[in-house]
Amino acid sequence: MELAQAVVQADIDLHALAPELVLTATACLVLVVDLFMPREAKWVAMPLSAAGLLGTLAAVMSLVGEHRTTLAESFEVDAFSLLFKGLFCLMGLLILGMSLHHFRESTYHEGEYYFLLLCGLLGGVVMASARDLISIFIALELISIPGIVMTALRKRNAKSNESALKFFLFSVLSSAVMLLGMSLIYGVTGTTQLDGIREAFASALGGPAVSPGISLPADHPFVVMSVFFIVIGFAFKISAVPFHFWAPDTYEGAPSPVAAFLSTASKIGGFVGLLVLMFVAFPQVADGWRPVFAVLAALTMTVGNLIALRQQHIIRLLAYSGIAQSGYVLVAFALIDPGAAETNRQAFESALIYLAIYGIMDLGAFAAAVAFARRGGTYFIEDYRGLWNRSPVLATLLAAFLVSLAGAPPMAGAWAKLFVFLATIDAQVYWLAVVMGLNATIAAWYYLAVVKRMFFDTTEVSTEPIEVPAVLRVVMAGAAALLFAGFVYPPLITELAERSFL
Amino acid sequence: MEWFDAGWGLSLATFLPVVGALVLLFVPAGQEQTIKLVGTVFAGLSLIAAIGVALRFDYGQTDQIQLGANLEWIAQIGARYHIGVDGLSLPMFVLSALVTFLCCIYMWFHIPDPGKPKAFFALVLLLATGMNGAFVALDLILFFIFFEIVLVPMYFMIGIWGGPRREYAAVKFFLYTLFGSIFMLLGFLALWVNSGGLDGGTFDMIALRDQGVHASELFQNLVFLGLFLGFAIKVPMWPFHTWLPDAHTEAPTVGSVLLAAILLKMGTYGFIRIALPILPDAAVTYAPIIGILAVIAIIYGALCCLAQTDLKRLIAFSSVGHMGFVMLGIATLTDAGINGAIFAMVAHGLITGMLFFLAGSIHERYHTREIAELGGLLKQIPRFGTVFTYAAIASLGLPGLAGFWGEMLALLGSYNPAPDLDPVLFRVLMVGGGVGTVLTAGYLLWTIQRVNLGRVPERFADGHGIHDVVPLEWIAWAPLLVLILAAGVFPKLMLGVTDGAVQHLVQVFGAVAGH
Repeated sequence: MELAQAVVQADIDLHALAPELVLTATACLVLVVDLFMPREAKWVAMPLSAAGLLGTLAAVMSLVGEHRTTLAESFEVDAFSLLFKGLFCLMGLLILGMSLHHFRESTYHEGEYYFLLLCGLLGGVVMASARDLISIFIALELISIPGIVMTALRKRNAKSNESALKFFLFSVLSSAVMLLGMSLIYGVTGTTQLDGIREAFASALGGPAVSPGISLPADHPFVVMSVFFIVIGFAFKISAVPFHFWAPDTYEGAPSPVAAFLSTASKIGGFVGLLVLMFVAFPQVADGWRPVFAVLAALTMTVGNLIALRQQHIIRLLAYSGIAQSGYVLVAFALIDPGAAETNRQAFESALIYLAIYGIMDLGAFAAAVAFARRGGTYFIEDYRGLWNRSPVLATLLAAFLVSLAGAPPMAGAWAKLFVFLATIDAQVYWLAVVMGLNATIAAWYYLAVVKRMFFDTTEVSTEPIEVPAVLRVVMAGAAALLFAGFVYPPLITELAERSFL
Repeated sequence: MEWFDAGWGLSLATFLPVVGALVLLFVPAGQEQTIKLVGTVFAGLSLIAAIGVALRFDYGQTDQIQLGANLEWIAQIGARYHIGVDGLSLPMFVLSALVTFLCCIYMWFHIPDPGKPKAFFALVLLLATGMNGAFVALDLILFFIFFEIVLVPMYFMIGIWGGPRREYAAVKFFLYTLFGSIFMLLGFLALWVNSGGLDGGTFDMIALRDQGVHASELFQNLVFLGLFLGFAIKVPMWPFHTWLPDAHTEAPTVGSVLLAAILLKMGTYGFIRIALPILPDAAVTYAPIIGILAVIAIIYGALCCLAQTDLKRLIAFSSVGHMGFVMLGIATLTDAGINGAIFAMVAHGLITGMLFFLAGSIHERYHTREIAELGGLLKQIPRFGTVFTYAAIASLGLPGLAGFWGEMLALLGSYNPAPDLDPVLFRVLMVGGGVGTVLTAGYLLWTIQRVNLGRVPERFADGHGIHDVVPLEWIAWAPLLVLILAAGVFPKLMLGVTDGAVQHLVQVFGAVAGH
């Protein structure tokens, strides 16, 4: 009701919404421009989208240092949301960069793709600010549904259709479960606002109810079950084991830039929602779901890594590696302790740092795979043999991203892992730290297996160098430069993360 | 020179190589001479800075951290850019810069297949930054980063330029070391949490040493175990040594030299710099185990050497034995033992580095490293044969050469270990180590006999492509040869540097056994 009133009274802070407005306008513009362009010129949607994302980034910058709430307090602009809005813009630019040639050189629906991609990114940008069950749900669907359509863009390809259908079914199922959980929470607390939910549980724990809806304490099985439903819904979105089955098939069937989107922006969007929910709305219920997250994290990284060992296809490898990487972020959720503010803070920051670095390095690896497939025509790791002799720069950059994913210096991925370790030890959950340590070693094996093919194998597939278009080169070099800079001077990201604590 | 003393000297010596590597990225791959020049110049500048550090160092206060800097780095967790040298680290630091430079000179004419000097130089320079940095870092996170940074370049060096089983050796090296260093990191983080964690915790090695670890015995022992895994795998101690023969044998000559001379010492240095001073009680608990493993390594390494047919693999196994002496010295927790350990670290760096250079050069001349196929080196290439004999005899610990003092002091230390340790056990260990020295002498003399003496095999009799030491080899090797003699004749050169710092270190163990 409050929301409806606010909208009717037009009591809306437009500046706070500026990034979303710019992005929405760009998406609409791209859709319209596409209608009037001949097939050969449809690629202009890409520079147009890129300009829109830069505009969005500018709007984000204009809000730095501000703290605003609008739309009846369901939408918040703070350091946390700006960090992720900025990250989504950056990831969007990287994905656009790897899309241009990929879509120009095939028979996709080019203009529609850019429109859908912008919509998906808009979902992420909204998610960063959402502080209400309803807006979180809307943002999540705004990320997922364009993702499903983009997966199906190769209309006449059976694999593409299969993967889109799989993705669709899993997505709908998880949304339904999540919605059930959310509605139960609303039933218990009488509010959809996250702050309100927390206060409701706090007062239910401490004494008499302050709002009419509250009747159950936080540790009541009914409440635990409701939170559990929400967690399961998110577990599908972030492809945590055992809810991960859709991801590798979907990534493989989707156009590779779309797979890159799903593996980074879409997944990070899910994590942002989960972070906000768990750290803002449900910290009091932490005792109930902390062990769930610990098991989920350990399972996710272990299973993801073990299956990744057997992969022959670079996109599937990246899919399973992405699942394993999610496990490290999930660790942060297993550390929350409502009583220990500093531990919470460190866990939260470690998740932010991990997500930001993961987004960049994973996109870099996808960009390299796209660049290789463009001329090599294949995604099989076997065919990466001797790539260093053919295209030293491409091989070196891909190796840099893989080293970063493995968490070894001299790339920022080392810090991502280190901060999760730090938070885990600080929270004294030693067994999880040991599980992570073993996993880091397993993971290094398959990342290095790709490096080995590119650098050590001399049985060449071909000696013809792979020509990499300028846009892709900029994408990869930019990502690598960011990762190297982040390694040399980690405060670049730790400072941002520290300010972003909710 | 104030700027130089305020950390710039150390920072330059540490980071000039990686700057050189970045510069190399922009040199076209075809211009081989420019690449070699740039690489060597940056390694040389780094060495000049390191020599500058050695000259500015105040030898009257070797137990003090000198020429350092302590700047803010990652404020959130209290990790700082804290660097500096004292008597414990100065010798290894200078050796690291020196060996890197000598390797660069050697690489002027010895780039193994498949060539590609640009990548090779860039990796060596990146490696150099990691090595130099590990010996000057005084912050645990900084140390961890330098400790880890060597993995990637060494992995590529073994994997691209290595021998027939290079892929296996490279991956084994990487995974083994990564596995250990993750547990080392967990140990570091536990120390940090214990010192206050987010609430003012510190990663500073000196501060952690001074304030001590106030925690249960179990906690200290577990943390020590984490550090032990990381360092022991790097050393490598028996039974964690299996990566070493493969890595050494398959690596290109320069890779083997750097691995033997410097990389292994990061592990032993870690014990001396971090594990012992910060966790003295746990060190006393673990010392007998370390001592026993060390003596097993000495005897096992020597026995393996007797069984080797490949010259390079033989030298690799001899490293296991020599590092065993270093660990035995450390395990005694005495002044003599630890001084001996540092001496043996440097000596092993000089001698085994030299031996790997020679093994590589033999392979280049004869296209084989099979001991059985070689012979009569002294007859065919007398100068080379003499250098080989010299290095091998230094390795077996002949008095008057560098190899003697470290092992002698380590054995002396174990005759009279720290008061809390069981003297009977350590005297037994001393006997074991003594047996090891005999075996060591045995296999080295036998090797000299088989390789250097006797008749020149028929297939090499025409001497085609087999030449004596060339001038560039003399330039690359002369400093090592001279230092082996100098350290052997004037052990004070080294012991004078280390003793003050070691005395400071062993105070906590209550041992004042002189040497």
